Formats: sequence, structure tokens, C-alpha cells
Amino acid sequence: MNNQLASTDAFAPWEDAKAVPLIRFEQVTKRFGSFTAIDNLSLDIFEKEFFALLGPSGCGKTTLMRMLAGFETPTEGAITLDGQDIAHVPPNKRPVNMMFQSYALFPHLTVADNIAFGLKRSDMPKSEIGGRVDEMLSLVQLSKFAARKPHQISGGQRQRVALARALAKSPKLLLLDEPLAALDRKLREETQFELMDIQEKLGTTFVIVTHDQEEAMTVASRVAVMDHGQLKQVATPERIYEFPNSRYVADFIGDVNLIEGAIKSVKKDSVEISWAEGMAPITATVPDGLGKGSNCSFAIRPEKISISAEKPEDAANALQGKVLDIGYHGNLSTYHVELGNGQVIKAQVANQRRLARRAFTWDDQVWVSFTATGGLVLAE
Amino acid sequence: MVNFRRFFLILVPYGWLLMLFLVPFGIVLKISLSDSALAIPPYVPKLDLTAGWAGLMDMLRAFDFENFIWLTEDNLYWKAYLSSVWIAFLSTVLALLVGFPIAYGMANASEEWRPTLMMLVILPFWTSFLIRVYSWIGILGTQGYLNQLLLWLGVIDAPLVILNTNIAVYIGIVYTYLPFMVLPIYATLEKLDGDLLEAAEDLGCSRFQAFWLVTVPLAKPGVIAGCFLVFIPVVGEFVIPSLLGGSRTLMIGKVLWDEFFSNRDWPVASAVAVVLLLILIIPIVLFQRQQQRQQEAER
Repeated sequence: MNNQLASTDAFAPWEDAKAVPLIRFEQVTKRFGSFTAIDNLSLDIFEKEFFALLGPSGCGKTTLMRMLAGFETPTEGAITLDGQDIAHVPPNKRPVNMMFQSYALFPHLTVADNIAFGLKRSDMPKSEIGGRVDEMLSLVQLSKFAARKPHQISGGQRQRVALARALAKSPKLLLLDEPLAALDRKLREETQFELMDIQEKLGTTFVIVTHDQEEAMTVASRVAVMDHGQLKQVATPERIYEFPNSRYVADFIGDVNLIEGAIKSVKKDSVEISWAEGMAPITATVPDGLGKGSNCSFAIRPEKISISAEKPEDAANALQGKVLDIGYHGNLSTYHVELGNGQVIKAQVANQRRLARRAFTWDDQVWVSFTATGGLVLAE
Repeated sequence: MVNFRRFFLILVPYGWLLMLFLVPFGIVLKISLSDSALAIPPYVPKLDLTAGWAGLMDMLRAFDFENFIWLTEDNLYWKAYLSSVWIAFLSTVLALLVGFPIAYGMANASEEWRPTLMMLVILPFWTSFLIRVYSWIGILGTQGYLNQLLLWLGVIDAPLVILNTNIAVYIGIVYTYLPFMVLPIYATLEKLDGDLLEAAEDLGCSRFQAFWLVTVPLAKPGVIAGCFLVFIPVVGEFVIPSLLGGSRTLMIGKVLWDEFFSNRDWPVASAVAVVLLLILIIPIVLFQRQQQRQQEAER
């Protein structure tokens, strides 16, 4: 009983078997000629989620979004929104609005008229439209710019007009196609938090398409990593980062060291992985579904690796090598350490000291070490 | 030195304007103020430069507005002006109705087809305008290809009289001036961002509403430019009405020709030309202002 309470405390409808999804993709396939953009994909998205579709360009994330908007129809399968099959409903008949990557603001209309555009096409009485526009303008803090044309405001302001316009009709679902790609880094980070605030305030379901993994991790309640028209993993940002289910996901999200090997022995709560001639085996936690002798990849994030001059006494894994490169990021430094067999391991260290007093420099002999639980054994 | 260079730079366009526009116009204006005479050239007074200052003063003293007054007294002229403006207006509307769909089709054609379509629009310019208008005589005549085709198809029993009517003039004008309408409209439609139409649909527009509320307003600068580019030259058009039009087709360009070459009344012909220019100045100024505003908006 207590357990159940604890789990309903946090927002996680995807863990609740009884929760009804707002959007359901059922074995959806989309082909353009001979090219398969979406390959037999099934996915549930729940109400009030901030759902991110993440993947490299050409992975099908944009096609998936355009099917939600109604600009593409699936070749096979069904898409339901609120229980209703929307696969063949045209875009102007869906309670779904989209914020375009190019913003697609109407250049001949003022900011206020852009926001009012969708409302005028709806059955909202004329007398209420003005009030709704004002409400949206204040939501995105652009009340002063109502009478300006899009070319008279800045890029960041245009982005907010596009958001306000897409939200004006109170859609059940808001689609955001690379909404922040055109902004510079600083503004992008600020806007990410603004987006989250607005989403939380309105409770609208957001689906965002992005190729920027940091953006997806920051804003989303769940992230779907896509590749070649398929979902590789759908999980919360923490799980995607800490427990990627494949080499692809581990490699796509953040930085990772991948070591190829085979399971040498299985103990009660650990396995040993042999990975190179003459190198000590790696001790790691027991993976699911992998037995003795099977090939695997050991994945470990650079920040989970420590670096020291002397061999650490208590570490489960310690490997000796030579500092090959140092990448300085300001707050962090990444050390590239070449091991005896030529394998390069990346280790990330917080720069708690000033530059001149750092412990290691190029060509220093060092030890890299990590715990048995720091990394992950992956089958694919 | 700098001043001299600037002066020189300004001199070039102004010199051009002076030589090719103001001087000829000055001559036309001078003739329009003169009187018709049996002489070569057929008007008096002439400028006698050998007489020096006195000669110039003599000429100026002989000038009068007789010819302009004449234009107001004979009904022919104001009717011809009015009829020219009307024909130009109607032709512009027709050219727009034909040209917009062509430009729209071109802008929506696939990328690799556009240069070919563009070429097809420009292609007629490679043959003489006169020959192309003549060939319409062959098409529109009572024994022409169009009538033969329609008779053969059984659509009509007796040949249609199209040649030597205003309809033939409209056909000729729309045909000739179509590229001037198509090209500016195409230029604006081609720049149109497809996302805007999708956004309009996403916000609840049907395809047609999206066209009407987004494409049309954004094509407006091209439509206006095209209309002016057709209207202005058509008002003074002479070749098409004289070749394709009938005796009842009244256009000021034809009147002007008759005054010059049939009546050999250069002063009246010049007066007609001066008034025509004055009439056209209004749309030309409007056009310039529109172009300027457009440029400022795009900046």
C-alpha cells in the first residue's frame, strides 16, 4: 500500500498499468516510396507529459511528429488521440497544434493577429478572441509587442510568438519541432526552463522533436531515442542516461567509454569481463540475460572514472595508462588515457583547483579506476 | 578631388536621363506648342539658331496652346483616352486572371521543372513581337485556324467573327503582356515559405482558406508590380489595336499614329503624346512608390 502511494506521488503515468494514454501509436509504419521512415512502431504518450523524440537527422522523428500533426498519414497501423483514430483526420480538424522550426509566422500580420489567426478559424465568439490574445501575449511576456510585425522583433521574441500562437487554441497536444534550434546557447538554456514552466502551468501535453540530447534531457519527462524509424529506448532522462539498453543509446546520449569483451565468469553479484590480452578483467554488476561466454560491451561514463597517480587500494577496477590528451572545458577536464593495449579511456574530472596546480599533465603515468557498479554491461 | 568624383558619378545617370528622356520630351513639347504647316518638317516656328537670342525669342513668342485646346474640343480625343484606359484596365484584369494561375503552377512545380517553365514564358520574346501579332491574324480570322478547328469539332456552325473586334485586341494584349504579369507574381510566390501554409492548416484553415489568407496577401507585391507593368504600356499600345482591332477599336496610340502619318499634323500628334504622358505619370508614380515601400518592408 505504502509503495503504491510513493509511486503515485511523482508524475509517472507510464508506470501505472491502468493509466490510459492520450496518444497511442499502434504498429505504425510509414513508407515514402521504397524508403521506410517509420518501421512498425508502437508508442504511448500520456496526458501532461513533456515527451521528447530524440535522434539523429533522418531517424524518423520528424515524420512521427508530422503524422501527429496530420501532414502525413501512416502507411500501416493506427494512431489514436483520446481514443479516437486520427490517422486520416486532416490537420485543420485535429485538436493538435504545432510550433514550426522556422516559426512560420505570417509576415503580413502583426504579432496579435498571428496569435488570433487560429482563434478566428475556431468557433470562439469574436468578443472573446481579443481577451484570449491578450492572455497569450502576457503568458509569453510580449504584451508590448502586440502591434509589431514579425520582422520588427528579435529571434527570441519570434520564437515566443510562435509558441503563443500554437497554444492559443488550447490544443490537447502541442508539437514542437526543434523549437530552440535557431536560438543562441544562452537564450536556448533560458528558454528551455521557460518552456517547462509554461508546460507545467497549462498542463498541456507537449511533444518535442530535437536532435540536441541536452535539450531533451533538460525539458522532457520521458525521452524516446530513435534510429532508422524505430524506438531504441523510451524512458525518463535519468534512466536513459544511467541505464541505456544498447550501445546505440549509450553512445548517442552523453559521452561514454565502450569496451568490447566477453563474460569470463559469473559470480553471485558480479561478473568478470575479459576484454584484451594481458589486461586484468573488468568486474561489473550482473547483466540481464547474459551468461558465461557471451559477447558484450562494457559501457561507462567518463565522470564515473577516477584518475590517480598511485594505484587505488579499494577500487574494484584499476587500469594503468598514460595521459594522451587533456580537454579543458572550464568546469571540467576530460583526460584521454591510453592503456597498455592501445585502448583509450576517457575520464572526466571536476576542476576543483586552478589550472597551474593540477596533478597530471601530458605523458604522465596514471591509474584509472571505477567501481563495479559504475558501468553497465550491454548485450547489443 | 572627391567632390569632382561624386559630381562625375551623379553626372552619368543624369546625363543619360537628359539625353534620352528630357531632350526628346522637350522636342515633343516644343512641337506640340507649334502650328502645323506645309513644310519640312511640317510645323512652324522653327528654331533659327543663326539669329541668336532674337531667334529664340521669336520662336517662343509664336508658341501657343491651340493644339491642347483642340484636343478638348474634338470628342475623338477624350473618347480615345478613356477607351485606352478602359481597354488597358480590362486587359490588366484578364492578364491577372490568366497569369496568376500560371505563376502559381510554376511556383508549385518541382524544382527541376521550374527553369524549363520559366524559359517557356520568356521564349516568345525571342521572336519579333510584330510577327507574333501577325500570326494571331492567321489564328483569329474567319478562315483562321481557330474557326477551322471549332467548325471541324462541330462546336459552331458558322465562323466566329473575332478578328477586327475588341475581343481580338484583348486576346493580343493578354498574350503579348502575359510574361510581364507572370514573372513578378512568380518571383513572390516562389519565395513563399511552405511552412506558412502548413501553419495555416494546422491552425484550422482549409486548403482554400490557407491560399486566400496567406498565399494571396503575400503575393500582393508581385500582383501589383505585374498589373502596373501591363497597364502602363498597354494604355499607349498601337501595334496590337491597329493589326487586330477593327474600325471601332479606339485607342490613343492609333489616334496618335493617324495624326502623325495620315494627317501629317505633327503639332496635334505631339500634344496627344504629351497628354498621354501626363495621364501615365499618375500610375507610374504610384508604381514607383509601391516598389519603394516594398523595398523598405523587405529591409
